[in-house]
Amino acid sequence: MADTQRFEFLLRLGDSDLVLAQRLGEWVGKGPILEEDIALANVGLDLLGQARMWLTYAGEVEGAGRDEDALAFRRDAHQFRNALLCEQPNGNYADTTARQFLFDHWHVLMLRALERSSDARVAEIAAKAAKEVRYHVERSTDWVIRLGDGTQVSHLRMQAAIDALWPYAGELFAADAVDEAMAREGVAPDLASLSGPWRAAVSEALVEATLAVPVDDWAHRGGRQGRHSEHLGHLLTEMQFLQRAYPDARW
Amino acid sequence: MIAPRLADAWSALASVPDPEIPVVSIVDLGIVRALARDGDTLAVTVTPTYSGCPATELIAASILEALARAGFPDARVDIALSPPWSTDWIADDAKKRLRDFGIAPPGSAIRGTAIVDVRGLSPLRRASTVVPCPRCGSQRTQVTAQFGSTACKALYRCDDCLEPFDYFKPH
Repeated sequence: MADTQRFEFLLRLGDSDLVLAQRLGEWVGKGPILEEDIALANVGLDLLGQARMWLTYAGEVEGAGRDEDALAFRRDAHQFRNALLCEQPNGNYADTTARQFLFDHWHVLMLRALERSSDARVAEIAAKAAKEVRYHVERSTDWVIRLGDGTQVSHLRMQAAIDALWPYAGELFAADAVDEAMAREGVAPDLASLSGPWRAAVSEALVEATLAVPVDDWAHRGGRQGRHSEHLGHLLTEMQFLQRAYPDARW
Repeated sequence: MIAPRLADAWSALASVPDPEIPVVSIVDLGIVRALARDGDTLAVTVTPTYSGCPATELIAASILEALARAGFPDARVDIALSPPWSTDWIADDAKKRLRDFGIAPPGSAIRGTAIVDVRGLSPLRRASTVVPCPRCGSQRTQVTAQFGSTACKALYRCDDCLEPFDYFKPH
């Protein structure tokens, strides 16, 4: 039972990274400026590398012979455990920036807590990933401030993006039985405990960006339990095409 | 039979260049963590720089190739994540070669802050760390992007000689 829950927990970490990496990959070649095109690809690549480590470990914990590729390419939408925030479409650049900003601030707190995990493998993956995510959070925060405290148009778009994506952030802090079991075993932190530091960091940046901090904390939920928005299926259609059309194809 | 030649294996690895920054070797970068005998097999412990670094598989293949050429046909590469790779492991003379190559070498990776200090951000408007220009030595430089040609580098510009350059980010 415990291993089933640990498997679920690892899928949640890996799938959020994987799905967000795929979203960022959609920008490649279409970034608003060359430097950002490159930055999005690099952040996506970091997340993809982290997804590989989480999913590889998830496959080992499951013990059913599934490796990272089997988990990434041969599950359907309802079997994915990513947070709903990660599958939201790229939208305009403010939307992509807001999604990344809300996620990065949670991600860095989560990984720092996981560095102290009772599961040594979780701790070492988290320590590796945290070093990378430190740069992600700096970048996305910079852009929220630049766009928020920028032109009238960029300010309006940044505010609209924060307002639209805010209801997807609450899911990151909403624990269910799996999270509670992981917290009890010392594998993961109590998710709710990350909420205060997250809100403080995010609010400070939003104020600096001359943006309003949303007050309504109602949150969409379900992605981490496999209930997704309509967007995930389309994303997987593209991501999994090759393995679906040509099973076992290799480079 | 392998024992007396471990030093040869190290020299072979010291000749394997980093695929993306060929002026430094994988040993210079601190990617090779250990070399040990496991029966007749030579086990090379390697740590990835970034978890998504696309060069990792190429590096592993280059290691096996270099060892085979040096007379170690029976070798394997083990990946170790912990302790996570740090730019503090880059050898000092390699840092000089990076500078000569036009890449500003990394400063210390120890920054010590637990939570991101928002006021220290927005480097496009407020440069926080001074990164001297590897070309002219000027300290009047600014970051143009946190991510450069690879994940491990940021893109900077020198305000004196006006040249853009890469900065190997502390990690």
